[in-house]
Amino acid sequence: MTDIAATAPAHGHADHANDHDHDTPGFFVRWFMSTNHKDIGTLYLIFAIVAGIVGGVLSGMMRLELAEPGVQYLGGWAEMLGGAGDEVAGKHFWNVMITAHGLIMVFFMVMPAMIGGFGNWFVPLMIGAPDMAFPRMNNVSFWLTFVAFVMLVGSMFVPGGSGLGAGTGWTVYAPLSTSGSAGPAVDMAIFSLHLAGAASILGAINFITTIFNMRAPGMTIHKMPLFVWSVLVTAFLLLLALPVLAAAITMLLTDRNFGTTFYDAAGGGDPVLYQHLFWFFGHPEVYIMILPGFGIVSQIISTFSRKPVFGYLGMAYAMVAIGVVGFIVWAHHMFTVGMSVNLKMYFTAATMVIAVPTGIKIFSWIATMWGGSMSFKTPMVWSLGFIFMFTVGGVTGVVLANGGVDTALHDTYYVVAHFHYVLSLGAVFSLFAGFYYWFPKMSGRMYSEVLGQLHFWIFFIGVNVLFFPQHFLGQQGMPRRYPDYPDAYAFWHLISSYGYVIMGVGVLIFFANILYSLVAGKKAADNPWGEGATTLEWTLSSPPPFHQFNELPRIA
Amino acid sequence: MKSLKTPVIKVLIAAALSLGAVGAGHAQTAATAPAEAPAATVAANPAPVAAPVEAPAAMPAAAPAAADAAAPAGDATYVPMKPTPGVGQPIDRGIDFQPQVSPIGEQAIWFNHVMLLPIITFISLFVLGLMLWAMFRYRAKANPVPSKTTHNTFIEIIWTAIPVLILAVIAVPSIRLLAAQYEPPAKDALTIKVTGYQWYWGYAYPDQGIGEYVSKMLTKEQADAAGEPHQLAVDNRMVVPVGRQVKLIITGADVIHSFAVPAFWTKMDAVPGRANETTFTANKVGVYYGQCSELCGVDHGYMPIAVEVLPVDKWEAWVRSKGGNPAGPVVETAAAAPTESAPTAAPAAVPAAKN
Repeated sequence: MTDIAATAPAHGHADHANDHDHDTPGFFVRWFMSTNHKDIGTLYLIFAIVAGIVGGVLSGMMRLELAEPGVQYLGGWAEMLGGAGDEVAGKHFWNVMITAHGLIMVFFMVMPAMIGGFGNWFVPLMIGAPDMAFPRMNNVSFWLTFVAFVMLVGSMFVPGGSGLGAGTGWTVYAPLSTSGSAGPAVDMAIFSLHLAGAASILGAINFITTIFNMRAPGMTIHKMPLFVWSVLVTAFLLLLALPVLAAAITMLLTDRNFGTTFYDAAGGGDPVLYQHLFWFFGHPEVYIMILPGFGIVSQIISTFSRKPVFGYLGMAYAMVAIGVVGFIVWAHHMFTVGMSVNLKMYFTAATMVIAVPTGIKIFSWIATMWGGSMSFKTPMVWSLGFIFMFTVGGVTGVVLANGGVDTALHDTYYVVAHFHYVLSLGAVFSLFAGFYYWFPKMSGRMYSEVLGQLHFWIFFIGVNVLFFPQHFLGQQGMPRRYPDYPDAYAFWHLISSYGYVIMGVGVLIFFANILYSLVAGKKAADNPWGEGATTLEWTLSSPPPFHQFNELPRIA
Repeated sequence: MKSLKTPVIKVLIAAALSLGAVGAGHAQTAATAPAEAPAATVAANPAPVAAPVEAPAAMPAAAPAAADAAAPAGDATYVPMKPTPGVGQPIDRGIDFQPQVSPIGEQAIWFNHVMLLPIITFISLFVLGLMLWAMFRYRAKANPVPSKTTHNTFIEIIWTAIPVLILAVIAVPSIRLLAAQYEPPAKDALTIKVTGYQWYWGYAYPDQGIGEYVSKMLTKEQADAAGEPHQLAVDNRMVVPVGRQVKLIITGADVIHSFAVPAFWTKMDAVPGRANETTFTANKVGVYYGQCSELCGVDHGYMPIAVEVLPVDKWEAWVRSKGGNPAGPVVETAAAAPTESAPTAAPAAVPAAKN
């Protein structure tokens, strides 16, 4: 992996590849004190893959436990991790798993991969900039994220009330997270979120500054590639949403440790206040996870249709609209909390409005393909899969937006299915699409097309078998976050667990592909995708030089 | 909270089994008390309801009663009903919503089945169809020279306007459903106070003078023996009369829980310090199960809800078996006041107990 970002002519290993570029540092300085956006992007991608493995193994353990009714494994797992092996510790470990899976996938897999990984790698390349605006701050962002991840994983091994680890759900609702969870685990998880949040805020400042100030001459804001647009909108969402999360969880900390009662009704506080603050962050957060994916997919559809993106301005401002509206719909996550009918009507209507700009994007992608000359390389099939799966996840979102219907579906597996369709089949598909699209650029080697296609089809079938039956479970009434269930739910749970196994095979093929490509992949041309790939990164060597654009490109 | 409560409950069960109703009534009151005080502190939401609820619920319910539903002692006319297969509970391999027995549920199902489901299915298939057609017609072999079209104002307006129209069409019945769900309860609605605890439910019928009793999950063996689905069956059900509107006043004693019965299209969070109100009307006799729907700790998955809907006469018999007066509301007695003041100290002790 170390030579992913090595300069093009480097024939040695990365750690002594400093003979060509006089300022290419040694191994330790290069990877641990990096100020190079491509190296930091690589670090983020490796980090996201590692975190994805941890989060994915957790979900596999959950699917194994849920494969049949009854509690089979939880106590043993809790004991293996150093806790008590009794029933209570086992059930607590279940809650720890759902919490860790959610937090890891959101904060340490999707966000670092999208923004830290692809954003860092390709925003400077696409706007013709030599690096990010604040290279050292960029490094701080990465290592804060790393420490945050260590904190979160560490929290699973310290007491958290009825067992080891924080069992509060990724939403960390008070009062379960305050008076309901003794021990340091929840404090550690909160600190982890603080650090990850601080890292993301710094990253957001970095991207906004870079995009506003470091575009190559001639690259006006309306000529920026859509991926850059998507990262810009995402950075603003991060900048505005994360401080609210920081405030909310700081109050959790003081409620837990210093006797304040922000979320305790007995002291004049309100548990529902926490939910409002959390979802004021939490809803923009879901767009933070998906918007860069929109950007990636736009680049890929255009490249492999050999056609510019249809309705560029509409695409760009649809993302802006999604970002803006994303801030005023948060309470649809709280429809059952006991709010007034007027509030519920407002949040129902506002939420449905988001379907309009999202629809514009989906139709514009199809229109980009329309009249094009399409080839179906791996990145393209992932992007096509993304469009359809995101549509399915989107329409179930319209169902859930109706406050009256949500009464039955709230906190059931229908919601689990919905958000996994937009994230696990939406965001993750776009991540794989981006990975295959840019892998030749990043590594200088081609991936295996056969393995890439195989990966797509197995993963595509797997996740659909995994998540589609969860709609049925939800409609039947199966609640979320349950380690056990009545026998009637057994059939679809078993199917769902089979789906996980299929998906897991797909992921193994992905890793095989990476290994194969790094060891024996064909050398990649500067632009392996032909005339459809028009953005600036394809004008550079594969991989790009350690420092690019020493002379700024001019955009006509 | 947990360490404090469990012994109380054990005592309570022991009392109910051995000593009979009066002792049980007092123990119940003690267990309920911590929940009462926070509920009283808060502006009720969505409708002001808190005040009349507290006092009768705290009443010692002095009349004799057989507390244990499994073995009714005095009034033998109440026997827990057997659930109907396929009704009020999930069915094996089921994919649809549970059959609805409340008017709101029927309205919501109509909205979903007649509007939402067809619309979202059509949109998904439409997008898939367009994609497949484009992939076929505009593959590189069939169309080697790509067009240069990147704008078409007309079509962009169309694909903005049509979704807006579709959403507007959805919005009308959606808003109507919400309005129906929030219609103020009828004057003769039966009021039940629901309290979520870690990890069981407490039900009280203030107007009938039935003090809070707790409802806990049966073990798998007990449920199998009773012919009920495990994970759903409980020892003491909530019992309501068929066809009469029920007003639930819902609160949480420790952390947030959520009271849910899929067959009634009912779900409302039990939030400490709030008295949430929701209503349902069950139009069919039977047993209807639900499960806690907000993560509340270790046994979140083990505090189900069972509502038994009975013909009015049988419901009245049940009320009498609990020592209540089906005609209610009972005239409030002075006994309510002292029971209220004593336990208010309990919530104050909570912050000191945590961590």
